Parts: sequence; structure tokens; C-alpha cells
Amino acid sequence: MKQSSTAPSRFLLRLPLLATAALVLLPLSVILLSWGSAQVDVWQHLIETGLGRLLRNTVTLLLGVGTGVILLGVGLAWLTAMCEFPGRRWLDWALMLPLAIPAYVVAFVVLGLFDYAGPVQTQWREWFGRDAWFPNARGSGAVILVMTAVLYPYVYMLARGAFLAQGRATLEAARSLGCSDWGGFLRVALPMARPAIVAGAALALMEVLADFGAVAIFNFDTFTTAIYKAWFGFFNLTAAAQLASLLLLFVGVSLFAETRARGRARYHQQSRRDRGAFQLSGLKAFAASGACLLVFGLAFVLPVVQLGLWAWQRRGDLDARFAELVGNSFGLAGSAALIAASLALLVALAERWRGGRRDSVALRIAGMGYALPGSVLAVGIMLAFAWIDRNWVNPLRALFGLEPTQLLVGSAAALLAAYLIRFYSVAFGPLSTSLERIRPVLHEAAQTLGAGHRRIVRRVYLPLMLPGILTALLLVFVDTLKEMPATLLLRPFGWDTLAVRIYELTSEGEWERAALPALTLVLVGLVPVILLMRRSRR
Amino acid sequence: MNMFSRLLLPAAAAVFLSACGKSGTDAASEKAAPEAAGSDEKGQITVYTARKEHLIKPLFERYTAETGIEIRYITDKEGPLMARLEAEGETSPADILMTVDAGNLWQAEERGLFQPLNSDVISKAIPANLRSGNDMWAALSVRARTIVYATDRVKPEELSTYEALADEGWKGRLCLRTSKKVYNQSLVATMMDTLGADKAEEVVRGWVANLATDPMSNDTAVLKAIAAGQCDVGIVNTYYFGRLKQEQPDLNLALFWPNQEDRGVHVNVSGAGITAHAKHPQAARALLEWLASGEAQAQFAAVNQEYPANPSVQPSEEVQSWGSFKADQVSVEKAGSLQTEAVKLMDRAGYR
Repeated sequence: MKQSSTAPSRFLLRLPLLATAALVLLPLSVILLSWGSAQVDVWQHLIETGLGRLLRNTVTLLLGVGTGVILLGVGLAWLTAMCEFPGRRWLDWALMLPLAIPAYVVAFVVLGLFDYAGPVQTQWREWFGRDAWFPNARGSGAVILVMTAVLYPYVYMLARGAFLAQGRATLEAARSLGCSDWGGFLRVALPMARPAIVAGAALALMEVLADFGAVAIFNFDTFTTAIYKAWFGFFNLTAAAQLASLLLLFVGVSLFAETRARGRARYHQQSRRDRGAFQLSGLKAFAASGACLLVFGLAFVLPVVQLGLWAWQRRGDLDARFAELVGNSFGLAGSAALIAASLALLVALAERWRGGRRDSVALRIAGMGYALPGSVLAVGIMLAFAWIDRNWVNPLRALFGLEPTQLLVGSAAALLAAYLIRFYSVAFGPLSTSLERIRPVLHEAAQTLGAGHRRIVRRVYLPLMLPGILTALLLVFVDTLKEMPATLLLRPFGWDTLAVRIYELTSEGEWERAALPALTLVLVGLVPVILLMRRSRR
Repeated sequence: MNMFSRLLLPAAAAVFLSACGKSGTDAASEKAAPEAAGSDEKGQITVYTARKEHLIKPLFERYTAETGIEIRYITDKEGPLMARLEAEGETSPADILMTVDAGNLWQAEERGLFQPLNSDVISKAIPANLRSGNDMWAALSVRARTIVYATDRVKPEELSTYEALADEGWKGRLCLRTSKKVYNQSLVATMMDTLGADKAEEVVRGWVANLATDPMSNDTAVLKAIAAGQCDVGIVNTYYFGRLKQEQPDLNLALFWPNQEDRGVHVNVSGAGITAHAKHPQAARALLEWLASGEAQAQFAAVNQEYPANPSVQPSEEVQSWGSFKADQVSVEKAGSLQTEAVKLMDRAGYR
């Protein structure tokens, strides 16, 4: 790429990425430093008593949920982006909504309804007798279904953006070359959407790996179980951090392998938004509407209705405190979304400018925050900030004769930094995939016409990346709303959020009472979902 | 593009302004607090608590109303709170660490997070077996973990001890909560202390063999499974039973007090101590003394249907209606020191 005189310097271009990577590296190094001391006792015990089983369970979950979210996410995205059928206009954004419900809430609702003592099995036994067979509501199948229902929107959103950007022209070209509709989908549209699908699936699978809340409700032991056992059962945070660092290694290797497999292929395309969609009719239209409705009903309506029923019983809990909780949640999530998306946008654009992937190590480090169990990451961040307070801030204060204090731990800035560390990759995924789709020729054309860099960004990149930007904002916003461990540990005094309230109630098993804040959280999450989806509608 | 800026920029500005405004006032109050406290030792107490907000807020508000002393608090799990206290060291704003379960209190003491209570009021109010041997913390409420059974399928005469639930006769009739919960870890830890590790492991293996279904994630699920007929007996904390009974008064469940011929019913505690680097140790001590006696002590237990730790204070009427029992007098500290061994034992026995 030619350097024009207005181009920012190399160093300036690298700065956003290096700063982000350095920030993420803070807690990561705390966790990696845990290897400084051997915890033979804990390791030996874990290996002797079923680490193998935990690993098997984890792999089962990864395979199941991975397959599930890709099938569901890609299938639904294809339908709403490329086809026309009754109800498509609202299902288009409604299918996003399950993302707003925390996974552990869905897990609890599902178990409440379908476990032995729940209404469904009770009715079942009444009809078919006491020993009638019923699928195990706490088995691996149920866990996979619940996780898939909650996490498919990641793939759905990213794949939908990719399909919309492809437009129909590409498919028509394929057809003119003798491809059937299915052939066009499988051999043209799908491979072109691959970066987006992979980015979505990666987010979903990282969340599966790091999840503790949902699997704990099923008492389904995964690798995170071992981490929490080491910490809470053996009071050994060091061993917990060592186990957590293995997760990092696994995610790092997987992401590296996928980049390798993609090789040097690039997926540029025209960003024409054609209106012409496949007009489905008759049975096909019926099936399409039915499939979307079924997913929406099970993944969103069912849990929300159950939450609504419980919340109604406890409507007396709704007090002035709630407005404050909503305000705090909204403010924190909004700020986090803006910060993470802006920074990810800077990084993505800068990387594009520099061409090449020379900083791929830094890129990968910056994205690692999402792969760790929330509690472990939160403690890592807290320890890192406390260390800075102790070794940098307070000596500096002492120079000016000030009392030692805690500037970072327990400050709003530290909490926002924690959100950034955790959710940076959630913002980067959609941004970098939407950027990848923009052909370099557009940039070159604008340059030939005499546009400066700033102007090119404003007039070419930003408009074309808009769906990606909105997706990034939305995902980070909703994820921050739901975030628990970092909020709990790092929030300033009095900054309670809806997620904090949910934690308080659920941790003592008062699930029905937690329905009111949980439902409020879902509703707060809906506001930006609806707002943003309208913007990116086709 | 226009759309983009019109939609996002005002939103961005609004959010940032509100965030700045908030952190601005927050920083100001943060600065003001230590000064106010410096001039007036009674200014403000800071509590790190693993006991949930709705269980402590009414009490704190009452204390503020009575004494004018503000109490601010952060709620979280014990593990992260202890890690934070440890990392903060001398600069920690915390005066009190309040947690649930003796194991956690013992652990906090081991790590040097507490300073001695040095309070005659507390030593007199709370029995020795519910306090730290080194005077580092004291229980504020007691919870009993006992046997619950389905009244239509089990006669109370069939029940006797925790150990007896390992007998052949209960095959396929027992429901348990997961061994990952500290309540079960404490129960097994005290069994290891009184019965010896080998016998305790044998009992746990017996329980696992008698399970009707995989262990559940919470006590309420165990209660509901017994009520629905998936199993006939289980082990739960009494306040979960009380909570469910309040919602469904004619539920076919009843409590049984085991081991009345020998050591008694297993009890655990919630409690608190003054942090090692407390900025207001006197004020913190005064608050704990207030919580350990009189009306406050009764309310502390009653909000969660627990038993007061102070024997001169009566439990709530609802709780009294479940009957009285002989409680295991083993020092709750034992449960703490043996917790790690108990987790390992349960892992070996296949109790998930």
C-alpha cells in the first residue's frame, strides 16, 4: 500500500493494538506467573479423581454446542438475510434477543420446567404412569441444548451481516455458472461467510469454555469445575490460575490453527445490498416461518414468560432502588460498549492500513480476555491493579506527601478497564470481519480521487462497516449487562447493578425472587437490540 | 454515516457525561470519607460481605438510624473478597469481613486477614465452639443441616443418623446436593473429625450408592425432588425447608433431627471478624457487639430463618415450630481445617 503524506506514522498505527494487548497482558501475566510455584498436591488429586471425565465432558460440550450454534446461527441467518417469508421482518431482529438472557437464567428455567419435579414431567407421569421414560433433563444433551439456545445469536449476527453484505449478485453469478441454489449456498455463500461464521462460533465456544454458572446449575462438571474446586474447595488460587492458563493455551492454539487453515485467502466482496431475496412460498415459507418461530419461542419467549410469572409474584420487590440499578447497568454497559468498540475499530483500521499480519501475536493476546472464566479473570485484574496501586501509585503519592490509598481497585475506571479486557474480542470479531469484506480497490479508488486518509475512513470505511460497528456495540453492551464476577469484585461502593442483584438472590437459591431483576435486565438489553437492529435492517 | 453520527454521538456524549459526573462525585466522596473519619472515629464503617445484601441491609440501616454511623459494603463470594483483602493489604478500606461458613472464616484467619476481636461482650454472647480459638472471628447466626423426608413415604422411626442413610434400605431413595457446596464439605469434615476418615469415607460411599439421581445443584431442588417422589430422603439446611414451606404450607415434607443419641445435628455458621488493617477497629467492634446481642441478633437470624448464635436469644416462632434439637458441639473451626481433606474424600468416593 502506498504511503501518502497524510498517513499516520507506523508507530501511531500500532499504538492502539499495543496498548490493548498490554492491558490484557496485565491479568494474563498474573495468571501465568502462577506457574512459579508447584501445586503438586492439587494436581495429583485432580488427575487421580476424574480430570479425564471433566475433559471428556468439556469436549462433548464444545462439539455439541459448536455444531448447534453453527447449524442454527447460519441456517437462521440465511433465512432472514436471503429469503422472504411471512414474519421475516420482525424475526430478523427478534432472533437476536436470546443473547440478552444470561445462560444461567435459561438453565434454571429449563431445569425448573423439565426436571423430575417440574410441571412437564409431573404431567407426563400422570398421563403415562410413574415409570414412563423421559429424557434426562440434567444430562449432557440438555446442557448442550441450553447453551446452543443462548449462544447461537453470536453466529447468527455475524453470519447475517456477511450474507447481507454478499448480496445476491454473487449467487446469481454462481447460478449462471451452473450451480443449483443449494450448490450456490454451500460452495459460494458459505465459504465467503466463513470468517464471520468462525468469528461467531469462536465467541460462542470461548463462552462455553469459560462458563461456570450454567453448567453448575446442571451440576455438569467441565474443566471450569476443576478451576473452581481448586479455588473454593482447596483455597488454592494458584492452582486455579494454573488450570485457567491451560484454557488460555487451548484457545490460543485453536485460534492459531484456524488462522493457519484459512491461509492467505481473502474474502473481499462488493457491498451491494440487493433487495431481491429468495421469495419463499407455500410449504417452504411455512417451514421457514415455523423454524424461526420455534427457535424464538424456545430460546426467548419460554424463559421470558416463566421469568414474568415469577416476577409478577414478587412485584412488591420493585422499589426505587431498581431505577438506580437500571441506571448503573445502563451507564456501565453503554460506556463499556463505546470504549471497547472504539478501540477495536481503531485497531482494526490500523491493522488494515499497515497491511499484513505482523502483530498477530499482539492481536491474539488482546483477544484472550474472553476465554477465561470470569471470576479468574476478575481476580487477575484485581491483583494487577492492586499491584500498580501499591508499587506505582502510592510511592508517587508519597513523593507529594500524600497518604497511601487505592486509586485503581474499586474505581469506576478500573471496572471499565476490566470490561474492556474481557470483551475486547467480542467487539473486534464483528469489526474485523466487516472490514475484511471491503475490497482494497475501494481504498485505492478513493485515493486516486485525491481523498485523504481521514476522509477515506469517514466516507468509505465507516459507512461500509456500519453493520459491524453496530453488532460490536450491541454484543459488548449486552455482555457487560450480564457480566457478574468483575462487576462484583471491582465496582465502586454503591454501584450495584442488575447483575449484582441477580447474583445476590441466586447465590442463596432464591431463583423466583431473582426473576424480577433478571427480567429487567432482559428488558434493558432489548432497548439497544431493537434500536440497533433497525439500523442494520436490510 | 449521518444516521450513524446522529444515533451514536449523542448517546456517547450522554453516557460519558453521566459516567464522568458519577465518578467525579464518587471520587469527591471517596476523598472526603477518610478525612471525616479522621476527625470523627465513628464516621463510617466499610464491610466486605459474602452474606447477601437483603440479609444484612435491614440491620445496617437500623444501626445507622440508631447510631448515626454510616455503613458501606461490597457483596461478593468469599474467595474473591479474601483475595481482594489480601491484595489490598494496608490500604484496604475494609473494617469487617463477613462470610458464610466456618471453613471460610477459618481460611481468612489462616491468611492473617483478621485482628483479635478483644471484646468481652462478644466472648460472653457467643459460645466458644462458635468462635475462633484465637479470638479472630465469631459466629453471628447458626444454620442446621439436617435430614428431610417425605411424610407419605417415610416414617420418622425409620430414620436415625446421617450415617444410617448409607444403609442398604435407602438404595435409590436418597437425594443429595452436590459435594461442591461448602455445606456438604463441612458436614463431611465434622464426620471425619468424630468418626475418623475411614469410617466417614465408607458412609459417603454408601450415600453415593443409595442416590436416586445425580446430585443436584441446590437444596431447594432436593426438597422439590423429594416432594415429587423422585426420592424419599435428603439432607438440607433448614432455612431452605422454611422458605419452601412458606410458599407451599401443605407440602408433604418434614424435618428429622438425626444423631440425637450421640453427637447431635450438624450446624454451621455465618460470622464476621475485624480485618487486620481496619481503619476503624473500635467502630467495627461496636457494630459486631451490637449484632451479637439483643434484638439485632434475633433479627440477623430471623431474616434468613436461621438460629441465633447467641443462646440467650430465641429463634423466630416459625423456626421454633420445627422443634428443638441437640446440636453437634464440635468446634466449627474443625470443619474449616478439615475442609480440603473432606473435598478429597468426597472426590475419591465418587460424590460429585
